[in-house]
Amino acid sequence: MSFARNLRCRECGRVYPTDPMHVCEFCFGPLEMFYDYDALRRTLTRERIERGPPTMWRYADLLPADADSAVDIGTGMTPLLRASRLGRELGLERLYVKNDCQNPTWSFKDRVVSVAVTKAREFEYDTLACASTGNLANSVAAHAARAGMKAMVFIPADLEVGKIVGSAVYGPTLVAVDGSYDEVNRLCSELSDKYPWAFVNINMRPYYAEGSKTLAFEVCEQLGWQAPDHCLVPLASGSLYTKIYKGLKELAWLGLVEWRATRMSGAQALGCSPIVEAWERQSFDIKPQKPSTIAKSLAIGNPADGYYALKIMSQSGGHGVAVTDDEVVEGIKLLAQTEGIFAETAGGVVVAGLKRLARQGKIGPEELVVAFITGAGLKTQEAVAPALEPSLSVQPTMASFEDALSERTGALPATK
Amino acid sequence: MAKQRMKFTFPTELIKEPVIWRLGRDFELVTNIRRADVTDDRGWVVLELDGEMDEIERGVRWVVDQGVRVDPVAGDIVEG
Repeated sequence: MSFARNLRCRECGRVYPTDPMHVCEFCFGPLEMFYDYDALRRTLTRERIERGPPTMWRYADLLPADADSAVDIGTGMTPLLRASRLGRELGLERLYVKNDCQNPTWSFKDRVVSVAVTKAREFEYDTLACASTGNLANSVAAHAARAGMKAMVFIPADLEVGKIVGSAVYGPTLVAVDGSYDEVNRLCSELSDKYPWAFVNINMRPYYAEGSKTLAFEVCEQLGWQAPDHCLVPLASGSLYTKIYKGLKELAWLGLVEWRATRMSGAQALGCSPIVEAWERQSFDIKPQKPSTIAKSLAIGNPADGYYALKIMSQSGGHGVAVTDDEVVEGIKLLAQTEGIFAETAGGVVVAGLKRLARQGKIGPEELVVAFITGAGLKTQEAVAPALEPSLSVQPTMASFEDALSERTGALPATK
Repeated sequence: MAKQRMKFTFPTELIKEPVIWRLGRDFELVTNIRRADVTDDRGWVVLELDGEMDEIERGVRWVVDQGVRVDPVAGDIVEG
């Protein structure tokens, strides 16, 4: 059962019922989900969670919807891998990778959308909507199909065909908007006011965002009910980062893990790094940026939760790190070639950020570190393809093969 | 009639300009400020615009042309 009680304004603290709304009617501050933590403390145990389904919905008590009504396409309980080879490369003795590439539409967005669509159905909407260049669109279209709902997916008019297929296959109405990024933003905001749609990251946002907490819950459970010392999370709007921290705090409040004062670090691509830029100025004032990076899934120039992310970064003793696009590509290759995980560009940002922070001594070699890899690399092949070694071209003869191989490697391997 | 909630972000050179006053005077719009943070070198204002949708869009275009960044109060909506 859900213990969700009300929505509260993060700015002025005003309380609202759990309706489809996302900003405070007085100050227009963002709304946040609150739960009956006293009742949760009496009810929720590790055993109760472990008896739940092998998906993110095993944590339904800490989500704003019931597991029985969940629109679930099998999201969550993705692998937490001990990354020994990558750790050795980076000088980190206890490094883990949370591999959220393994969700049904190959990104962590399935977590947030699963909660948003479940609430949308509860609120009796018949249409799901979003504006996205990739992962979110894929997930919204897939969940709408599963829920038997209509989907309106807004995309920039210049989006590559390959990016559209992963959404179009589920049968949504795809709307290509011929306008600047800012104009698409404003149009969607106006549409959400006019039409009775569940816009997952507008009027469903307080519910949608809660889905990200399940990443923290799973990590703690998979570590044998302990929290990490240090998390490294990719930063886009800042929502994922703030909700992972909220998840860690909730488990500690409820006595399900011991509070370890986890340090929260965040990584962005230099070409769109408004949160890290403010962090480096030691300011909480985010200056919006025009994105210019291959890490398009993180390219949010005006991050809604940037201020709250900076507060957590400061309070928890974490760090912000911004990496170049070349480092992103190297990060993708390093993760793939040490751990066998092909991540999209956001994963490259995380691995490159990890490398930088480890080298600077901002992550201790003995810390239990979790790096969050949030999407699969097949979605952004064009980013890394030019940096990969071409295949050897040979004739179907032993001589041709051996010539080509010795030319590439300088020597032939030992024979039997 | 329509209502739109927005965030205006002002660059340093526009901090002293009465942009919101002119928006209310030159367009058929009611402006209603709910939250703001303005210093001597930067500022943002969260406000509601009340008027016909066409007039809101015309007014917002004018504000953007002045050099003010205009965003939905929810921040960027287009996600990856």
